[in-house]
Amino acid sequence: MNKKGIILKGVVFVFFTAALWWLLGSSARMESSYYEVPRLNCDCPPGFKLNENNECIAQNLYMAYTTNNDPGVGGLKTALPEIRDGFSPQQIDLGRYLFFDPVLSKDGTISCATCHDPKKGFSDGLAASIGMNGHELTRSAPSLWNVGYLKLLFWDGRAKSLEEQMKGPLFSEEEMANTPENLLKTLNGIKNYRMLFAEAFPGREKDNEITLDEIYKAITAFEASLISLNSKYDRYAHGYPQALNEKEIEGLNVFRSFVARCAECHTPPLFTNQQIAVIGSPEPDGKPLDPGAEVPYNDTTMRGGFKVPSLRNIEKTAPYMHSGNFATLRETVQFYTDGRGHAVPENETLRVHWHIWEPELTGYELDRLVDFLKTLTDESFIPEEPASLPSGLSNTNHNS
Amino acid sequence: MKKRSGFLKVISALALLLIGVFFGSILFKPKKVETVPIPSTMNYWKVGASTDTSATDRSKQFTGNIIKVEDGGSIREAVLKAQPGDLIRVYPGTYSETVYIDKDNISIQGVIEEGKWPVMDGKKELNDAILYSGNGITVENMKIIKYKGNGIMGQAGNNFIIRNNWIIDTGVYGIFPQYGKNGIVSHNILTEIEDAAIYVGMCDNVDVKHNEVFGNVAGIEIENSRHCLVESNYAHNNTGGILAFLTPGLPIKTVFDVIIRNNFVIGNNHENFGAPGSIVAGIPPGTGVLIMAADDVIVENNIIANNDNAGITIVDLPTGAPTANDPNSEPNPDRVVLLDNFMFENGNNPVGEIKALMLSQLRSKGPDILAMGGGTGSTIRDKNRYRTFGIDHYGPAEITDTKHITTFTFDTPVAPRSVSKQELGELTYYGVCAGCHAFDTRLIGVPTNIIQAVYEGNPQGIVDYINKPWNLREDYPDMPSQAYLPDDAKMAVAEYILSMKR
Repeated sequence: MNKKGIILKGVVFVFFTAALWWLLGSSARMESSYYEVPRLNCDCPPGFKLNENNECIAQNLYMAYTTNNDPGVGGLKTALPEIRDGFSPQQIDLGRYLFFDPVLSKDGTISCATCHDPKKGFSDGLAASIGMNGHELTRSAPSLWNVGYLKLLFWDGRAKSLEEQMKGPLFSEEEMANTPENLLKTLNGIKNYRMLFAEAFPGREKDNEITLDEIYKAITAFEASLISLNSKYDRYAHGYPQALNEKEIEGLNVFRSFVARCAECHTPPLFTNQQIAVIGSPEPDGKPLDPGAEVPYNDTTMRGGFKVPSLRNIEKTAPYMHSGNFATLRETVQFYTDGRGHAVPENETLRVHWHIWEPELTGYELDRLVDFLKTLTDESFIPEEPASLPSGLSNTNHNS
Repeated sequence: MKKRSGFLKVISALALLLIGVFFGSILFKPKKVETVPIPSTMNYWKVGASTDTSATDRSKQFTGNIIKVEDGGSIREAVLKAQPGDLIRVYPGTYSETVYIDKDNISIQGVIEEGKWPVMDGKKELNDAILYSGNGITVENMKIIKYKGNGIMGQAGNNFIIRNNWIIDTGVYGIFPQYGKNGIVSHNILTEIEDAAIYVGMCDNVDVKHNEVFGNVAGIEIENSRHCLVESNYAHNNTGGILAFLTPGLPIKTVFDVIIRNNFVIGNNHENFGAPGSIVAGIPPGTGVLIMAADDVIVENNIIANNDNAGITIVDLPTGAPTANDPNSEPNPDRVVLLDNFMFENGNNPVGEIKALMLSQLRSKGPDILAMGGGTGSTIRDKNRYRTFGIDHYGPAEITDTKHITTFTFDTPVAPRSVSKQELGELTYYGVCAGCHAFDTRLIGVPTNIIQAVYEGNPQGIVDYINKPWNLREDYPDMPSQAYLPDDAKMAVAEYILSMKR
């Protein structure tokens, strides 16, 4: 090799080194502008184990139980149904930001957390939630605890997946009033989100536009991570009888007796059997009967039918029923003992579920039922609310 | 003097006689024999009977303690004291309580002395007599009366044995295993139940044998269950005798593989006193066997007689339960197989729909066999033996009998899923501990890698700590005790924590 060759190689080397340094420097400069929000969490939320594919896999003590029957339908030591898991920690964390960010609504005033406030059991404390411009909606906001296990969403069971469900409020005129086009435009216009989506979805080109599917996936990932399975009840179920006191055990026995029949529809361990049931619970005064599942299923036998809600953290989510007509748990359990169909309007003939009858529970038994329902409270895995949001908006837009 | 001594003699003789009687009664008194404890695992009940359902029974080895409950005592307290494997023997007396069994392998066995039974009396105030959720529960030799809900109700307990009980007026159901697998309901007598006396709901692999059910709305009901054998029962004077139902709106959506064999289904003409709105409230009196939307049901070698409406009724959901709908329940009874049955004097006084239907055929009697609504693939062995309606499309049966099937229960109990120690530790760590501890970052509690450093090679130290935590670090909050975790889970999680890499 001659001198010229050596010099040429040297020049090329120096040139490439310089180019590389410049490139690295520019990415560092980009990062400095992106550091308004922290990088996405690379640990799974509690209740999930990170596997070698960077997926968070649900882990809990109910997985130690046999599944002889369809899982999730009754009994103490019973397996849970399948959960939506396998999301990456980054996707879950990105979903957390999106969930609390009012930038998802048309005018930046309403976030998912507006109606699903973690401090209120992921509900909002209202009988009927408030949407865009103070619009009062028709039903109460369901809790999101353990929603990753559910196959049927909305009170009327019209959605079969979390992705399908979230399009409801996002694009409903009365709720967040956004459009898919506007949502994409907004998020793509926020540099922080461009960076975070690139981090959560590393399989694609970094500069690609954020897509709707990515937004749905991230929010689904976060919602499915909201696990509540460490209540006093769970300790009892796993074989620690002292977890419940005498009154709570009395309540458990009323709950699962075939007089009250609560456990027939609110089957442990999720405390819902995920079915539609017509029970004839009333609307607030002056409001017309909500036809419920009759509409999406186009089936008159489902008139007034609603999804059996999970009772996990029910203590936190007053007021109760689809209409929020009952302010307290005591009023709610009273409804069931007041007799089959007693609140059905005179001009309606609902096909009330055969489990609803006239149990004639005593006041003492109703009190014990309430005692038991409170043993289903567990917020030990509650997620942290982001201190600041990638959009720069405030996340304090909660209802009530 | 003479007179006096004569008197004395009489007195002494009487006294001697009394003393003799006294000692004699002591000497020759039949010894009070302590009832010999019979562990529930002994096969005494099977003497002279077929052994085909005893596999589950035999497979249990009695290794526990015997806990005695006598009149004035509490069965519930005995259950709370009992360890898995124990036998609770209940002596004659009256027990007014609800007994719940939330642990495995507990047997409750009544002791019957001189025909006196231990009686559980709900006095029409208590809801259920016995509620169990554990696996391997046995309840036998109990008389259960006057409860509001159920006599014996199971929720998700497998490997159950409910036998030789006498259940009267216990509200909705007499014996009600729900969500259970592998069980036996045999030799019980039940009456005055306002829904199904024996109700196998959402179960698998259950034998219902040698029971007598009478004076109930439904005698025996197999509902949304699979692999059930209903054999050698005597169902008489119920509204409906033996039922195989698919009920809509429940989380389990199928019923198939049911054999109804060798039963007496006689004179089930009782007035229907079912609760308004219940599915059975719609059963017409005079119903012998009723198959609603159930698949692969075989009806063989029963004596079905004197049921005033119809001997065997086969309907789809729109016909049988038009008040409810469920898009996920297949509404048709498919592949019903009717083998030889001895049927006579059915349909003598048809009511309602069947009466109208028969009048339209210019007949006043209801049929032995009636089918209405959809369903395909059903067959019958010898159509000409019976008066039938609606089974013209039934082809000839492909089988002649079911004798190769002696039981639907298993040779060995359904095992609880066994997770390895490593798995149990992992489930506990992520399911419980992870709310406060991350591997190498601070959450609420100290990072797991610091715990590793403190307790290296000492899992028992971790177990001691989680049983009764003490504050080690001022800058961290106190840890709540985790003593409630099962002992094996505590050791497993301690070992798992020490083995974690990240």
